[in-house]
Amino acid sequence: MATTANVHQTKWWSGGKSPFNMEYGKLMMWYFLMSDAFTFGAFLISYGSIRFSQNFWPDPNVVFNAFPGAGHANLPLAFVSVMTFILIISSVTMVLAVHAGHKGDKQAVVKWLAWTIVGGLAFLSCQAWEWHHLITGEHATLIDGQIKMVGQTTTVNPWGDLASASAVADALKNTSHETLVQLVSSHDHSVSHEQLAGMSQEKLISMVNAADLHIRENGPVAFGGYFYGITGFHGFHVFSGVVINIIMLIMTQKDVFQKRGHYLMIEKAGLYWHFVDLVWVFVFLCFYLI
Amino acid sequence: MSTHFDPTKHISSSAAYPEVSFHHHDTDDAAFKKKVRKTTILLSVITIIELAIGLAIYTIHKGENPNALLVLMFKGAVCILTLAKAYYIVSVFMHLGDEIRNMIMTIVVPLMLFIWFIIAFVADGNSYKNLRNKYDKHFQESTMPADHHKKAEEPKPADAGGKQ
Repeated sequence: MATTANVHQTKWWSGGKSPFNMEYGKLMMWYFLMSDAFTFGAFLISYGSIRFSQNFWPDPNVVFNAFPGAGHANLPLAFVSVMTFILIISSVTMVLAVHAGHKGDKQAVVKWLAWTIVGGLAFLSCQAWEWHHLITGEHATLIDGQIKMVGQTTTVNPWGDLASASAVADALKNTSHETLVQLVSSHDHSVSHEQLAGMSQEKLISMVNAADLHIRENGPVAFGGYFYGITGFHGFHVFSGVVINIIMLIMTQKDVFQKRGHYLMIEKAGLYWHFVDLVWVFVFLCFYLI
Repeated sequence: MSTHFDPTKHISSSAAYPEVSFHHHDTDDAAFKKKVRKTTILLSVITIIELAIGLAIYTIHKGENPNALLVLMFKGAVCILTLAKAYYIVSVFMHLGDEIRNMIMTIVVPLMLFIWFIIAFVADGNSYKNLRNKYDKHFQESTMPADHHKKAEEPKPADAGGKQ
């Protein structure tokens, strides 16, 4: 049969047939995804452009080294690899849902769609934890000649180059009493917070060993904006993908597709979901690996 | 069998789009499952290799004298692996590989714009950095990583090879 198809050239453009042999909605989903790829591409290329314009850029292994429940353990890349695998697996369950749709197997569609939704929600939870950890986790940073406790936000970046011991020693003199108390208590647990709060500036500075602190200068401010902007935009895509999948699940349950005679809608939702996974592959590359 | 090929003769009566003549996906279940399993394993293995390279870059950076060229090569390898992953997701999971060639081209050809897009803007950023380092000494002194300063201060290892 395949040879027959090869011998006779099909005239796709002479009317009566779909030139791309594809349903309209699915074709338009492809073109939407192509335009969305340019949107994400523009964001990532802008990030690359700014990154190449800097002498220093934070090492992702230093920034992303936390894992939920692991405290201050240094685990570079561990958590983001979990997120990546969650998204890959949810993409696979979506493939299985689409395949079940082709066979008109309602129960299997429901099962695999539900797993895809679980995967999407798990990914969003991971991202929420990561953002929360980056924003609220405060790091002693050398900014404008003094040490400040800052988190990773869009206005300040605690992941600059390691400050020299002499610069840190100078900065300690200008550092606020409150920050000094925090610095000492984070390394020396033998003295209570109240006792430290009662000590003089000089006493506190003498308790700090500037060389042990590994204090960093403030890094390029653009890092935060790009990271939260792009991962946020991707996270919003994941969120809308989850919403679309939930709608598909409800429609499947209500036999909408069964009555229609085909599950092409699941296929279009599937395309969108795979695209979300595809974008993450590049976000993962640009922010976490290189 | 008639001599004229009619692509619409296999259409199921329930299909809502009679002008769409064939379904690509009615291969048997076992072959499909095998293909999905293969692709899943492939994507996972590539991701694990990427993570291993990421950790290798981390240990190189931690070391005494980071080899900038080696890091750059590792980063290039990760980029190629990522493109391989993107190819498998698009062609197998999204079934783009099964579509009509004309349709594939309407997606792939516009994406070629990225080749110019990436090169032009990354080169632009790089040129901006070079210009600022040349004409804005404050920018250079305040943002250049410390090991560069140290190398400039200490006269004994006057060789180059610091990271860029």
